[in-house]
Amino acid sequence: MVAEKKNFKYNDMDTLRSRVIVERDRVTSTASTDFPHNYPGIDLSWNFEKFKENFKIKINRLSKSEMEFDMIGIDAAIANAFRRILIAEVPTMAISNVFVMNNTSVVVDEVLAHRLGLVPILADPTKFDFKAKDETSTDLNTIVFRLNVKCKRNPQASPTETDPLKKYIHSSVYSGDLIWDPKGDQAERFKDSPIKPVHDDIVIAKLRPGQEIDVEVHCEKGLGQDHAKWSPVATATYRLLPEILINGEITGDAAIKFQSCFPKGVVDIVEGNGVKKAVVVNPRKDTVSREVLRHAEFENKVKLTRVRDHFIFTIESVGSIEPQDLLVQAVQVLMDKCAQVKRALQATLQSE
Amino acid sequence: MISKNLEEARADVKKGIKESREHAEALFGGKGLTDPIPTVEDKWKLLPAFLKVKGLVKQHIDSFNYFINVDLEKIIRANERVKSDVDPHFYLKYTGIRVGAPERPDQEAMNRSYTPHECRLRDLTYSANIYVDIEYVRGRQIVRRKGVPIGRMPIMLRSSHCVLTGKNELELARMNECPLDPGGYFVVKGVEKVILVQEQMSKNRILVDVDRKGFVQAGVTSSTMERKSKTYVGTKNGKIYLKHNSISEDIPIVVALKAMGMQSDKETTQLVCGQDSKYIDKFSPNLEECSKMKIFTQQQALDYIGTKVKAPKRAFGPGIRRPPAEEALDVLASVVLAHVEVHDNNFRPKCIYVAVMTRRVVMAMLRADLVDDRDYVGNKRLELAGQLLSLLFEDLFKKFNSDLKMNIDKVLKKPNRTQEFDVYSQLLFHGDHITSGFVRAISSGNWSLKRFKMERAGITQVLSRLSFISALGMMTRISSQFEKTRKVSGPRALQPSQWGMLCPSDTPEGEACGLVKNLALMTHITVDDEEEPLIKLAYILGVEDVSLLTGHEVYMPDTFMVFLNGNILGITRYSKQFVAAFRRMRRAGRISEFVSIFISDHHNSVHISCDGGRICRPLIIVENGRPRVRSEHIEELSAGKLSFDDFLRLGLLEYLDVNEESDSNIALYEREIIPESTHVEIEPFTILGAVAGLIPYPHHNQSPRNTYQCAMGKQAIGAIAYNQLNRIDTLLYLMVYPQQPMVKTKTIEMIGYDKLPAGQNATVAVMSNSGYDIEDALVLNKASLDRGYGRCQVLRKYATLLRQYPNGSYDRLADPPVHPDGIASVGERIKPGQVYINKQMPTNTSSDIGVNSRDPTANAYKNAPMSYKSAMEGYVDKVLMTTTDNDQTLIKALIRQTRRPELGDKFSSRHGQKGVCGIIIQQEDMPFSDLGICPDVIMNPHGFPSPFGGSKVEDMSRILIENGFSYSGKDYVTSGVTGEPLSAYIYFGPVYYQKLKHMVMDKMHSRSRGPRAVLTRQPTEGRSRDGGLRLGEMERDCLIGYGASMLLLERLMISSDIFEIHVCEMCGLLGYAGWCQHCKSSKGMAKMQIPYACKLLFQELQSMNVIPRLQLENVF
Repeated sequence: MVAEKKNFKYNDMDTLRSRVIVERDRVTSTASTDFPHNYPGIDLSWNFEKFKENFKIKINRLSKSEMEFDMIGIDAAIANAFRRILIAEVPTMAISNVFVMNNTSVVVDEVLAHRLGLVPILADPTKFDFKAKDETSTDLNTIVFRLNVKCKRNPQASPTETDPLKKYIHSSVYSGDLIWDPKGDQAERFKDSPIKPVHDDIVIAKLRPGQEIDVEVHCEKGLGQDHAKWSPVATATYRLLPEILINGEITGDAAIKFQSCFPKGVVDIVEGNGVKKAVVVNPRKDTVSREVLRHAEFENKVKLTRVRDHFIFTIESVGSIEPQDLLVQAVQVLMDKCAQVKRALQATLQSE
Repeated sequence: MISKNLEEARADVKKGIKESREHAEALFGGKGLTDPIPTVEDKWKLLPAFLKVKGLVKQHIDSFNYFINVDLEKIIRANERVKSDVDPHFYLKYTGIRVGAPERPDQEAMNRSYTPHECRLRDLTYSANIYVDIEYVRGRQIVRRKGVPIGRMPIMLRSSHCVLTGKNELELARMNECPLDPGGYFVVKGVEKVILVQEQMSKNRILVDVDRKGFVQAGVTSSTMERKSKTYVGTKNGKIYLKHNSISEDIPIVVALKAMGMQSDKETTQLVCGQDSKYIDKFSPNLEECSKMKIFTQQQALDYIGTKVKAPKRAFGPGIRRPPAEEALDVLASVVLAHVEVHDNNFRPKCIYVAVMTRRVVMAMLRADLVDDRDYVGNKRLELAGQLLSLLFEDLFKKFNSDLKMNIDKVLKKPNRTQEFDVYSQLLFHGDHITSGFVRAISSGNWSLKRFKMERAGITQVLSRLSFISALGMMTRISSQFEKTRKVSGPRALQPSQWGMLCPSDTPEGEACGLVKNLALMTHITVDDEEEPLIKLAYILGVEDVSLLTGHEVYMPDTFMVFLNGNILGITRYSKQFVAAFRRMRRAGRISEFVSIFISDHHNSVHISCDGGRICRPLIIVENGRPRVRSEHIEELSAGKLSFDDFLRLGLLEYLDVNEESDSNIALYEREIIPESTHVEIEPFTILGAVAGLIPYPHHNQSPRNTYQCAMGKQAIGAIAYNQLNRIDTLLYLMVYPQQPMVKTKTIEMIGYDKLPAGQNATVAVMSNSGYDIEDALVLNKASLDRGYGRCQVLRKYATLLRQYPNGSYDRLADPPVHPDGIASVGERIKPGQVYINKQMPTNTSSDIGVNSRDPTANAYKNAPMSYKSAMEGYVDKVLMTTTDNDQTLIKALIRQTRRPELGDKFSSRHGQKGVCGIIIQQEDMPFSDLGICPDVIMNPHGFPSPFGGSKVEDMSRILIENGFSYSGKDYVTSGVTGEPLSAYIYFGPVYYQKLKHMVMDKMHSRSRGPRAVLTRQPTEGRSRDGGLRLGEMERDCLIGYGASMLLLERLMISSDIFEIHVCEMCGLLGYAGWCQHCKSSKGMAKMQIPYACKLLFQELQSMNVIPRLQLENVF
């Protein structure tokens, strides 16, 4: 690699442009410097063709609720915009009104409502409208659930039974007890994917014989920025690809020590001519603990950096929207925003 | 030459080592000092075992149990006879007393037993009947009766008579009681009241101190059942005098001794000074003075003192005055040093006692370091509920008896009676003097006992139920009798002798700092114990009676004087053996484990104590350099085969009080045991109290931080008790999702804080963010709040009585608008200003309403609704409708608010790091780590204590590294706003955070216009009255200094109590509506504006015949 020949004390322009440098007690070169006229003689103006050429997305992992992908060749501002939109601006459906008919459980009404609100709902938000504050509820902007649970003694249980789950019927109220009450043509519209809570096993309250919860619940479309219950993700985050550079060679016992400074699988020991040599095999696995930098023997022998435009992006969906769709929707939101700004700019220009 | 010396020295050293080794071998059975000693694993397990038998508030309960089971009997015996002045044959004798089980006062109730929780809810007093057995004369015969109730005694929760004692968790749950509640308090009129532990100077002990003028004096507070008095032997101009309140003048000490029968100067000198010529020199002026006064015999001395004795108040008239000498003899025998008893006019013991006091003064005159330390904990006694109640009961009982006697005399005085006089009926209908006396004293906290001229306020306090910890902290609190205003540092300072007894951290800041203290975890406060067996034992072990000896023998070099509870018992010449034998008896369980014995080398004396109120704590006995507690004992303890009391019984542990502790050599850790060690500490952390025990790693904190946390832990919102949802308290703060701390201490687990926690484990980033976090402010994550972080409930009680009035009318509930019965229903939302109890009161409550009265105004009702006064809407949580003691209907409504953290709410970590929320930030704006974690709380690092150090921390570093984090816990963090990494590493991780009860919603206040006070027409004061914000004197000074006179005028008059007056320019008096009443004209009337308070002043002056005249001038 070219990097190995570099003088570690001196950061050349390439490094400063493309890498975040992880030092022992600080991070330097954190901000992107790639903007036009910043470096004499280098054309850094934005070029769509160049961008298309450099930009890559590589999906590493994909499941129903989680996705990890590499996003390469993009500025931190844009990557962060996707992250922020995923957390706060992709709409979902969530319970926003709870009408308590009867609640004799130990969980008081406000807390019950709060708990219900945080239950993720499996419903396609694109098929619903936002409901304004003074607007009336219709089948186009509201989903109705009913929760009616009463706890009784289990006649079949043995008298010595101590486990409340067996001793009583309905000793716990689960999210699965929420029953969808289709309004208007909702039953027809969602017959392929009936609306329900994402998980059926979220404990909402615990009951004892004689206690009862009878509530009607209205879901509305909303944004994560208004309340975390509307956030479609548990979290969306990214980290930069770590890079470990070795100056010269690390051999012998030092190599073993070097290896132990990183998580498993980052550094391998290669034996050649009876000499153990440390080789970086998978820097992606590094957690950037900076442990190597604490040891005097590795001073000036190792340098930690992170690739500035290589984002290892993780989306953990709450379950209502699948992660790959989430990214698309996030991009759509950003595009809509851009379009709006563009329209506004044009309007201003025209008026002038 | 030098080399030879060196060699010799080496040989010497070698020999020395060998000798010491041999010595060690002889001592430790072949084990060298440097050999590793097998340490006792997990000896801290003794602490939970201790708490299991003793509990945190055992001192209160023990003391109360002693009072009702033992002390009551003693009081009855001391006041057993009631006689009549009229009929000499009549008597009433109390032969026994006992306290029953707590039961309703209501005789007709089906189930008379009741629980403390019922009392809390119904505003009752949790009390039980006091029954006495009596024997009295009726006519010509003697009648005996058993179980006559004379009053009701409030019962301490979890005491021997309480229904909760010995119940298991399920039974407690049935009674609506929390198993973690420690008890030790009373429920009086529905309020939980604690009798605080009072700290006092010890009684009956000689205490030498230096007064303000620099004179040495030895003082004794004598305390017996009958009397309390203070006697001093002090110096004045180099001479020694006896001082006492009942003697108007100081008596030269030799005169006093002569009066008590010590007529020979030689005898006196010997008994004070022994053979020491220095002492004799110092003492001889006193002898001289006495002879100058020409007092040579006892009779002369008594005559002299008799003239100085203050006339005692006598019940049988002032006419009878005995000869002065007799008076003096009486005072000396029974008033001066009352605790040294005089039998059959044998003054010898008292003479010796006075001589010892004098000797102490002489010693202190010669050596200043022999002055006693008043702040030494060994010189203090703690007074507990039992002692205070016993004083109160004795007073009430005496009053009861004297009232009874008066009533008896009144009846017996009548020459002919229709019925034979039976005192039983008198006793039964004697009223509730004792009952109401107890209730009044406990609920007001005023202990006023005429007998001891005791007038103390603030003895009891309402048990703070803010959090579990605040209730617990209150039970271990000790309040001092010292005045708070006095600026003395001594009583407030941390005393080395507090070690292990009183918590070094838990004390309030400010005026009560150091005066209010808290007990440490492993303490026990003694109760009074029998003296007779100890006296007997001491004589058996070789103590010689001092009365038979002269000063010559008493002060021989190896002779030690033996004291029992401050009284001289005798002397011993083998003090070490005597003390060792005595301790052996104690370890064998032959005498109470709380008896303490120690040698005072300063005074060549041995002190034995068995009095109540001493603080003591258990320690492991060390024998031959090894602790007696071995690992196998601890194993058996863990297996449940041994209990804490077994450890005492087996002589593995013993209790030491502060004095004996100072006489012992206690190793902190096993590895620090040296040959001289007598004990080893059970566990070092027991020096802290229950509240300071919650702090993790307190030894890494700066010490005031621990003190701050002790104050703040009590304000944290959390779970209060298992019965918290059944309680109707005036104010209740609950956390919606409390969590037990991830970092726990052993204390946390032992006191049950993990079961009733007050806080949440927040992910905290220590960094500066946005600038809204300076000065200890916090940044909170909005998404965390959305998800329930820091959410709490505030429940407030609103109560009203439906009263019945003397004229038969009564309050009533009207239904509309409050549905359906005039009380808001449970679950209903109550908006600010809404009526929730629609009460109506009759307009006429005093005069009779005729039964046939047709007058509608006679029984008309006016509205007296209770409306909700709060800025935030609430929900009705509970409604209770019940009757009180005197059959009034009581309605309590509990209204609940659920609050989410907002700007200005106060939070704190467990290290005295408090802060208010400065800004709430969206989750996407929060910085996030590589793992995608973003913090719940961002804390500003300014003024943050420096990083930890020590081996524990190295351990933590290792674990961090193993898990792929930086050794320092600092993470690489990306900004949520720019998406670029932060250039600093950020300390990131879970920290247990407490939400404190101070919330902005309860404090914020503003006013533009609003209510005014009636008299002065100035704006009212205080938030609760929607008052104005005062521009005070200092602010006024600023405005004057600045010259902003118009602003001053505006603030002080125009915006306050501006008033227009009419002034007569002729007479300068105030007129009205352009007319001067004085001049009877409207000529020259001027209008002007002054503050209404100023007008009031003028009128007030006029009413006192001072005429203020206004002289008006044109300004412009």
